Amino acid sequence: MTSPLLEVRGLKTVFHDLAGAWPAVDGVDIVVQPGEIVGLVGESGSGKSVTGFSLVQLIDAPGEIVAGDVLFKGEDLRRASEERLRDLRGDRIAMIFQDPLMTLNPVLTIGEQMCEAILEHRSCSRQEALKKSSLALSRVGISSPDARLRQYPHEFSGGMRQRVAIATALLNEPDLIIADEPTTALDVTIQSQILFEVQKLSRETGTAVLWITHDLAVVAELADRVAVMYAGRIVEAGTVDDVLDRPRHPYTLGLLGSSAATVAPGERLKQISGTAPSINARPSGCPFCPRCERALPLCAEVDPLPQLTSHEHSYRCHNPVSESHAS
Amino acid sequence: MNGSFFELRDVKKHFRGKPTIAQRILAATGNAPPPPVLKAVDGVDLSLNKGEVLGLVGESGCGKSTLARVATGITKPSGGNVVYEGRPVADLHGKERLNYLLKVQMVFQDPYASLNPRMRVGKIVGEALRVHGLLPKSEIDAAVDRSLTEVGLDLAYRDRYPHQFSGGQRQRIGIARALAVKPEFLVCDEPVSALDVSIQAQVINLFMDIREKHGLTYLFVSHDLGVVRHISDRVAIMYLGRIVEVGSASAIFSTPAHPYSAALIAASPSTARRKRAFQPLKGELPSPLAPPGGCPFHPRCEHAMAKCREVRPILKQIAPGRSAACHLHHSDNT
Amino acid sequence: MNSLKAMPATVGADADTPLRRQVLRRIRSRPTTRGAMILLAILLLLALLAPFIAPQNPHDLGSLSVMDNRLEPGSQGMTGITYWLGTDAQGRDMLSAILYGLRTSLLVGLTSTVGALLIGVFAGLVAAQFGGAVDAAIMRVVDFMLGFPSILIALVLLASIGRGIDKVIVAIILVQWAQYARLMRAAALVERRKEYIEAAVNFGLPTRHIMLAHLLPNSIGSVLVVSTISIAGAITLEATLSFLGVGVPVTQPSLGLLIANGFEFLLSGEYWIAAFPGIALVLLIMSLNLVGERLRRSFNVRGP
Ligand SMILES: Nc1ncnc2c1ncn2[C@@H]1O[C@H](COP(=O)(O)OP(=O)(O)OP(=O)(O)O)[C@@H](O)[C@H]1O
Ligand SMILES: Nc1ncnc2c1ncn2[C@@H]1O[C@H](COP(=O)(O)OP(=O)(O)OP(=O)(O)O)[C@@H](O)[C@H]1O
Ligand SMILES: [Mg+2]
Ligand SMILES: [Mg+2]
Repeated sequence: MTSPLLEVRGLKTVFHDLAGAWPAVDGVDIVVQPGEIVGLVGESGSGKSVTGFSLVQLIDAPGEIVAGDVLFKGEDLRRASEERLRDLRGDRIAMIFQDPLMTLNPVLTIGEQMCEAILEHRSCSRQEALKKSSLALSRVGISSPDARLRQYPHEFSGGMRQRVAIATALLNEPDLIIADEPTTALDVTIQSQILFEVQKLSRETGTAVLWITHDLAVVAELADRVAVMYAGRIVEAGTVDDVLDRPRHPYTLGLLGSSAATVAPGERLKQISGTAPSINARPSGCPFCPRCERALPLCAEVDPLPQLTSHEHSYRCHNPVSESHAS
Repeated sequence: MNGSFFELRDVKKHFRGKPTIAQRILAATGNAPPPPVLKAVDGVDLSLNKGEVLGLVGESGCGKSTLARVATGITKPSGGNVVYEGRPVADLHGKERLNYLLKVQMVFQDPYASLNPRMRVGKIVGEALRVHGLLPKSEIDAAVDRSLTEVGLDLAYRDRYPHQFSGGQRQRIGIARALAVKPEFLVCDEPVSALDVSIQAQVINLFMDIREKHGLTYLFVSHDLGVVRHISDRVAIMYLGRIVEVGSASAIFSTPAHPYSAALIAASPSTARRKRAFQPLKGELPSPLAPPGGCPFHPRCEHAMAKCREVRPILKQIAPGRSAACHLHHSDNT
Repeated sequence: MNSLKAMPATVGADADTPLRRQVLRRIRSRPTTRGAMILLAILLLLALLAPFIAPQNPHDLGSLSVMDNRLEPGSQGMTGITYWLGTDAQGRDMLSAILYGLRTSLLVGLTSTVGALLIGVFAGLVAAQFGGAVDAAIMRVVDFMLGFPSILIALVLLASIGRGIDKVIVAIILVQWAQYARLMRAAALVERRKEYIEAAVNFGLPTRHIMLAHLLPNSIGSVLVVSTISIAGAITLEATLSFLGVGVPVTQPSLGLLIANGFEFLLSGEYWIAAFPGIALVLLIMSLNLVGERLRRSFNVRGP
């Protein structure tokens, strides 16, 4: 077996407030092999973005990474110097943020910002950098890229800003892309174009991708493996076929069932009752227990440990959905 | 169509680019090309009946948000009319205009930028009620609580700031804010694209519930065809600032008339497919800065004919309740 | 706005934020900033308590003894008090004069900064909100004001309206508001494009309300932070004007005026009359600058 590109073990990130430290990410394990595309799905607020930020060590007060290892090509990022991290970020590891405005500086043109991202890590002329940027923009389906490079972020539509962020991430052909809901604002034809580019990059340069999203359909079509997150932990993980066709965790089953495709138009969608616990009100025992239809008395008391079935399919549940369940 | 509840009549919104220095110098000498004009919305006709849900689908950057902003009165159209309950809103003033603004509410695309970061949630939701004095002070708190409960937010969150919420929760705050003023018409600009599937289901159910409860009308902008198909009575497909097809949701999804609609439906992802080989876009992506002549879709269209390169097809009825802007469906005597 | 928000991103911000964080961390642990803060606190306290701790009231000419003029630091006066920092040509205790001068300098600096801030923020906000002709008009005035050296404008103004504390304050406000207006306008323009402002417009909220409740609190941060550094600028300007003889009146000397008074004795070896007020002024400016700079840096990474 090849050594993994990214290996995360027991990652725990908390947010401090006056009342204490609340775990947003609570013991997450993720392994990404070179060239692999891993989907990370889960409820809003389950800690997907915080996980992404933690991987690249971008957690600021009041947040703090308190435990776990983040090994990138065997190098422990938690212990890496700020300088080393700066070298890695945007070069070997690219991150696409959920909020494109956060990535873009409103007072600089798109071209200035993209060039800077190249020149930060490569020595080449401004001309070359501009050419590369313009090429990257057309790869994510932005037309008249040269004219667009001279515009400011507010002159772009929401989806176009997102595509600029994606184009920037692709610029330096990184080893790992952490993409936080990168295509949520895009129409499906453009989304296909971007997924095409991502697939191509992954195939040709062996770039691995951690694709954070709540769109199960995209994960189904794009990813090799998928991890389902709930209340700060991974509750089920495995190959796409295993997790989506033979889900064991009731939450995964609920997610699959709530898609609009499962019911006739106009009918009420199946929804998982209740809301996710906020980080400072997580129940003891299994965090999904209060919303779970399959809950046992045990679930309220004991937090289930990860169970490994055959071939790397794992889940955390005391009363898993039976294997034969067809969804 | 005089009885429409809400109408857009030939609405246009053009953005004028800033001239470069060279252009300005040329302009001073009097022989400059006009500054580039971006036709974000370029002649849109749409009408909504009361209580109906119209889904608006289109490419990213095709002008959906701009159209939504024009419809809600946030920006003025550069041409055409927005007609609310039979009256052009440009003619409304004072109380009547405020009434239009409040009755036509917007739910925004970006859950991050759409909430004032320095206001507590309770204040955000109750702001319009308080500032306009729509309710006596003593009742505002209760109204805010009702809105928050309606969108499924814990009341304990009232005193928090927006940055303390995840993207999904913020979007619900935005919905609560709109609901607080008892609107009749909700313009939802990709309201669920920031939500995960299970919350999406809750919010879509919520949208359908409040529609039933309050008889609301929706303009529902989304690129998630599954969601649009689910919630919409009718669907409009937009491409490069224009509507290219309108019709009932079931008709469009079963037999799309316009090639762009067909491309959208074909590209729509599904959980049943695995390891799909994604296709790059065919042809060149047209730019709103320099739209192609003829039919704007022709560079990407498989069925493009000579005529498509020269004549821009107009939106014409092709079947009862169904219109498309495509030469394929128009008889030759245009 | 949240802590994550302040974190670097793949474009643009990537380049500077971690660096800024590093700098901040270094600055926090840096003894100089801590020293500057303590020093500034002491200076403020001294200025505040001057009437109670000064050995003499330097403004009360009756209590001065002309016999004690130009005594060296540490010498004993006729009335028995020790002049630790010497006396000036009028026999004034330099220590007391400096304490009172500190008071005057700070009063002028703070008042004029607050005044300039109020005017500048208002002008910038109005320019950003209304745009078009209003914006063009305001910004033209701002550009005009910023086009001249501030000292020149203040000199011309004071030369025509005469000296006096209130007049100096007016002059400084007049030369400083433009810089705040420009900053405020830039910050407000960025905020104005955000969707929460659109939401407010959608609710038909009055423009005044949008400006005060939404635009102002979200864009004033950077202006406020810059203003802490500008207090030092205002004090320097006041000192310069007073040194040139168009600033505060002789009856209420500021540090600048004290330096001017002592200047003529520098060559005759009576260094203390100018040097001690000079040192006090330098310490004040330095500590204000260091603290302001640190505030500016830490503000850039901090949320609301
Ligand atoms: N700066 C912060 N201070 C306090 N709590 C925070 C902060 N940022 C995030 N959180 C909390 O951490 C949890 C995880 O948030 P995160 O943004 O990772 O969710 P997510 O899974 O990305 O959700 P979404 O799908 O809505 O983007 C949430 O409960 C959120 O409230
Ligand atoms: N303030 C503005 N100034 C100049 N151009 C603008 C402005 N706002 C929007 N545009 C342009 O108008 C076009 C349509 O933008 P709009 O935001 O309406 O797209 P959209 O259909 O909502 O896209 P998305 O699905 O990505 O949100 C884009 O080409 C955009 O660049
Ligand atoms: Mg997130
Ligand atoms: Mg949009």
